[in-house]
Amino acid sequence: MEALAGKAFISGYLLLTAMRDYAMIVPCLDVKVVGGVPSVVKGVKFVDLKRQGDPVEFARRYQEQGADELVFLDITASHEGRRTMVDVARRVADAVDVPFTVGGGISSIQGIKEILDAGADRVGINTAAVRDPDLVRSAARTFGSERITVAVDARRNTEIIPGVNVYELEDGRRAWFEVVIYGGREPTGMDAIEWCRRVERLGAGEILPTSMDRDGTNIGYDLPLTKAISDAVDIPVTASGGASTPQHILEAFTLGGADKALAAGMFHRGEYTVGQVKEYLRANGLRVK
Amino acid sequence: MIAIVDYGMGNLFSIYNALLKVGGDPEIKRDPDFAGAAGIIIPGVGSFGRCMESLRRFQEALAERIAEGTPVLGICIGMQVMMDESEESPWARGFGWIPGRVVRLPEWVTVPQMGWNSLELKRDLELLDGISPGDMFYFVHSYHCIPYDKTAVVATTHYGVDMAAVVAEENIYGTQFHPEKSGPKGLRILENFVRMVRC
Repeated sequence: MEALAGKAFISGYLLLTAMRDYAMIVPCLDVKVVGGVPSVVKGVKFVDLKRQGDPVEFARRYQEQGADELVFLDITASHEGRRTMVDVARRVADAVDVPFTVGGGISSIQGIKEILDAGADRVGINTAAVRDPDLVRSAARTFGSERITVAVDARRNTEIIPGVNVYELEDGRRAWFEVVIYGGREPTGMDAIEWCRRVERLGAGEILPTSMDRDGTNIGYDLPLTKAISDAVDIPVTASGGASTPQHILEAFTLGGADKALAAGMFHRGEYTVGQVKEYLRANGLRVK
Repeated sequence: MIAIVDYGMGNLFSIYNALLKVGGDPEIKRDPDFAGAAGIIIPGVGSFGRCMESLRRFQEALAERIAEGTPVLGICIGMQVMMDESEESPWARGFGWIPGRVVRLPEWVTVPQMGWNSLELKRDLELLDGISPGDMFYFVHSYHCIPYDKTAVVATTHYGVDMAAVVAEENIYGTQFHPEKSGPKGLRILENFVRMVRC
C-alpha cells in the first residue's frame, strides 16, 4: 500500500515536472548525400537505409503540421555531405521559420560557422566532441551555448566496469550507458552520463542523446537513458531513438523527463502527424503549442 | 530601408527573410553607415561580451540614429546589449540605452530556455498591435533583462520568474524572444515594426 502511494506520488511529480514547460516535438530528417543530391532516409539500427525524399519538402510539411523544431542529420558525414548540408541549411532557412539544428560530420569552428551562417539555428556535434572536447568549449564561447547541441549516441552495456553510473533496466537487469561514435560503429568506453555532465560544463546548450539500442526499432525510447541524462544535467534534453507512437512520445516527457522528443519514421511514413501527437499529449495533460 | 546590423556572428538569414516576408526592405550592414535607414535591427547572436566586442564600432553611429529618432529593435542578445551590464560577461559594458542589468535565469529551471512561452502584456505599444495575452513566442536564452525603470517593460513572460519579454523606451525596442522564429505572431511584430518605420 505504501509502495503504491509512493508510486502515485512519483508519477504525479513527474507529470508536474513535465507540465512545467511546453512539450516540444522535433521531427528528425536523416539526410544522405549521393552525387551532391541530399535525400531524406530513415535508418533501421543505422544500416539498411530507405530513401525518402527532399529535405526541404519535409521541412515545409512539418512546419504545416506544427513541428516545434527540426533536426537535419547528415548521415554520410563526408566532405561532399558537409558542403551539401550548407546548401540544405540555406534552402531550409529560406523555406520555413521553424528553428532547426544541423548535425553530422561537423568537426571545426569553421564548419560550425558555415552551417550557422547558412541559417541554421543550432549545430549538433557528436563524434568530433568526443575526439576533441575543447571544440565544445570554443564553439560555445564563439557562437553562444544556445547554438551548440551535443549529440550523444549511447548503448546499454551490461558488463559493469568500475566507475560507471549503473541503472536498472525495464527487465531488472543492470547496465551502464556507453558512448559510441562514428554512427554507432565504435564504442568508446566512456560513461554517457558523465560525458553529458562534462559537455554541460564545457558550455553545450542542449543534449540530444540517441539510444543505439532503440534507434529504428519502433519499440519506444530508452527511458532509463533519457531519465538518467535529464536528471544529470540542467540543460534541455531531447529524447531520441525508437519512437513510433504518440504513447512513446508521451513517455519521453512523463517518464523520461525530456524537454523535447525527436521522432523520424513515424512521421516520415505518414503514420502520425505532429498535430495528432500534440493532440494526444494535450489530452494527457501536457502543455503543447 | 531597414538596416540589419551584421557584427560578424552569423545567422542573419532568418531575420532578413522574415522582414522580406512582411513587406520590409532589409539591408545587411557590415559597416557603421546607416544612411538611408528608416529603422535598425540588432539581431541576437552569441554571448554578451563577444557581441559588445563586435558591436562597439557601431556604437557611435547607432547612438546618433537613436538621438535622431530612428526606431531600433534589438532581438534576444540584441536587446540585452541595450542594458548596462550582464552577469554573462561582467567585464563588458553594454550600450546602456535602457538602464538595467542582465542576469542569469533562475537555477531551478532548465537553462537555456529553449522553446515556446506566452506573454503577459503590461501596456499598449504599437509594436505589439494584434498581439494578445497568451500568444506564444520562441525563446532561446540563458540570461534575462532587468530594466531599472519598470515602465520600460511592455510585456513579461514567466520562466521560473516573471521576466521582461518586450522592452521599449521612446524609439528603442527589444524582444527577448525571436519574432523571426515565432510563426505568424512573430511576423506580425516585424510587420508592425516595418509599418512604424515608414510613418
